[in-house]
Amino acid sequence: MNTYAKLLIRLQPSGRQLLQQQQQHEQIASSLPTVFSSVRKASSGTTLEYDTPKAYKLHMLEKGPSTHVSCNREEGLEYYKKMQVIRRMEASANNMYKSKLIRGFCHLYSGQEAVCVGMKAAMDKNDSLITAYRAHGWTYMMGVSVTGILAELTGKKTGCAEGRGGSMHMYAPNFYGGNGIVGAQVPLGAGVAFAHKYRGESNVCIALYGDGAANQGQVFEAYNMAKLWSLPCIFVCENNGYGMGTSTARASANPNFYTRCEYIPGIWVDGMDVLAVREATRFARDWCTSGKGPMIMEMATYRYFGHSMSDPGTSYRTREEVQDVRKSRDPITSFREKVIEANLATDEEFKNIDNEVKKIIEDAENHAQNDPELHVDELYSHVYSMRPENFKIRGCDNFTFKEISK
Amino acid sequence: MNLSVHRLIPTISTCSSFFIRRRLAHFTFFKDQPDPAHGPTKEMNLCQTIQNALDITLKNDHTAIIFGEDVAFGGVFRCTAELRPKYGADRVFNTPLCEQGIVGFGIGAAVAGATSIAEIQFADYIFPAYDQIVNEAAKYRYRSQNLFNCGRLTIRAPWGAVGHGALYHSQSPEAQFMHTPGIKVVIPRSAIQAKGLLLSCIKDDNPCIFFEPKILYRSAKEDVPLNEYTIPLSKAQIITEGSDITLVSWGTQVHVIRVVAQMAAKENISCEVIDLRTIVPWDVDTICQSVSKTGRLLISHEAPITAGVGAEIAATVSKECFLNLEAPIERICGYDIHPIPHVFEPFYFPSKWRCLEAIKRMINF
Repeated sequence: MNTYAKLLIRLQPSGRQLLQQQQQHEQIASSLPTVFSSVRKASSGTTLEYDTPKAYKLHMLEKGPSTHVSCNREEGLEYYKKMQVIRRMEASANNMYKSKLIRGFCHLYSGQEAVCVGMKAAMDKNDSLITAYRAHGWTYMMGVSVTGILAELTGKKTGCAEGRGGSMHMYAPNFYGGNGIVGAQVPLGAGVAFAHKYRGESNVCIALYGDGAANQGQVFEAYNMAKLWSLPCIFVCENNGYGMGTSTARASANPNFYTRCEYIPGIWVDGMDVLAVREATRFARDWCTSGKGPMIMEMATYRYFGHSMSDPGTSYRTREEVQDVRKSRDPITSFREKVIEANLATDEEFKNIDNEVKKIIEDAENHAQNDPELHVDELYSHVYSMRPENFKIRGCDNFTFKEISK
Repeated sequence: MNLSVHRLIPTISTCSSFFIRRRLAHFTFFKDQPDPAHGPTKEMNLCQTIQNALDITLKNDHTAIIFGEDVAFGGVFRCTAELRPKYGADRVFNTPLCEQGIVGFGIGAAVAGATSIAEIQFADYIFPAYDQIVNEAAKYRYRSQNLFNCGRLTIRAPWGAVGHGALYHSQSPEAQFMHTPGIKVVIPRSAIQAKGLLLSCIKDDNPCIFFEPKILYRSAKEDVPLNEYTIPLSKAQIITEGSDITLVSWGTQVHVIRVVAQMAAKENISCEVIDLRTIVPWDVDTICQSVSKTGRLLISHEAPITAGVGAEIAATVSKECFLNLEAPIERICGYDIHPIPHVFEPFYFPSKWRCLEAIKRMINF
């Protein structure tokens, strides 16, 4: 709501200072300085390899994911392209929202791209995933086209839910959304994991939630069930530092979300490094599919935009903080630099990829703005599955009964 | 926020025109006049009035505490602005994101003697707390044979359609709480009403849920008395007297039926407009006396029609006033789909045209 945007005031002066102090103490040490030297040393002409000693922290685990990560040229360019698509897609959503082509609520993923791209790179094609409302990046990674996403945001028929769902309710095969109520998706993820186990599939369900949702009771209920029944569920906390406008320090007695469960092992991962994320996901996936039960991952990441389009994102954090992260820890530019450093690709090639991405987004925007909307008869469709005999949806008066065809 | 208040254009057939005109609200806000006996007034909108009521409460009741998500800086709708600097961080504080925990905590604090005012950020999020409300708050006095009670608990939540809220920022869940004895549910239609009703809820010896129509937060501007005053709960208000048909509603929809009454008056139909105000326990007598006089009843609400509050009112009135009825009781409510699909919001509403059509049907029955 615009109300929220215009009327969010700055925190009390002492509150902001406190925040800044805490942020300074919690500053995740950038792994870049050590990385570049190791990149140059380790990488041959065909692979990018480097060490990430600070990328993981372990809870209840003797051994963690490998701190030596690598990727080849194709993978490098693919990850870059995917992250860039998401970044540009969110920028497009931002612009369309501001010109009132998208209404309602819109939560942007910019800054967190490495998490979804890195994790998907380690996922099997039959793994399931469920997340909360900051879902556009994940929707793209789970197979929906940019057109399907942008048209869904503008409420057109070519959207992935035919315009009915909007920003928070996008779905795809093996992708269970897109959920509005904070934390409600986590027990659902445990249930999907149970289905995999029941059917004897060697797949996992990845249940994502944020730092704000980590304090919901139902998350702990899901932890208990998953551990009790050894479900192949990876609980992933995408910790971007803020639950709407509240920093993790002010919301959580224990802000180390990967340690929140004393009977499920956890890994903290530097969520801005796409290869570290991939490596950690491989480790977690192997853990779960070998029958060892669930695992928790905390992705330390950051969002550049506010909580939603109604939130400028600057009343609870400084502009300098946001710019600082963009400069020193941006997942896309830092990955691009590493790939160039390893001589896997040139600046020119990246520019070409950027242009391709631009075209994809422009085409999708075109569809999003010009495709037809859903017909009003869909107002009463899909409320139930098989409609009972002679069942009609009652309308706004006793004489309006709609025969529902589906 | 400049929510321009215009009348909704007549129901039209194409989506695209609605798309352009979506910014217009579906109602006109009717201002009430303050009671001169309540002293000096100030022009305030609904959220400023709520803030004023909470300020008065914190000032006069030293056990009062206000808590919820983001209330410390003022809340997402600014209803608790400036309270924390004034009364301190131990009285106005944030909770983590856990509705069940918030209400449970509130119940405990109320039982122990604090005047607890819990805020649920949107009524759509109240459901994790539903068990606490229904199984703990509502039953405390009953199951302890009056040894304990959590009457000092008041839960406030923004309620109802807002134009672009879609499925999770537009719900009106009052019917789901009406079915629970032991709690009171109150919904104001305006700023003056809200202050009196909220202060009554806070003072009331029973746990109360106070739903605040969020679309009225900025648009409901009235001259609100600055002093403390209360409006009795479980008392409906007859806003306009009439003789041909009784119209009952609450919250934002009251303004819609007031327009309908004006439209009907042009066709020489005299409407008695009643604001129910307290959903449970509701004022059976006022409604039944009115229907005994007019012989016709129309109930209108935003929530879906099946088992909405209108159903309970219709059943009770048809029993009490059976021989007085000239026409069947009509309910003009939302569709039996999920409130409110974003893309179809203008089509979902029980608009003034549908209400007028129902009135004509009843008059001509």
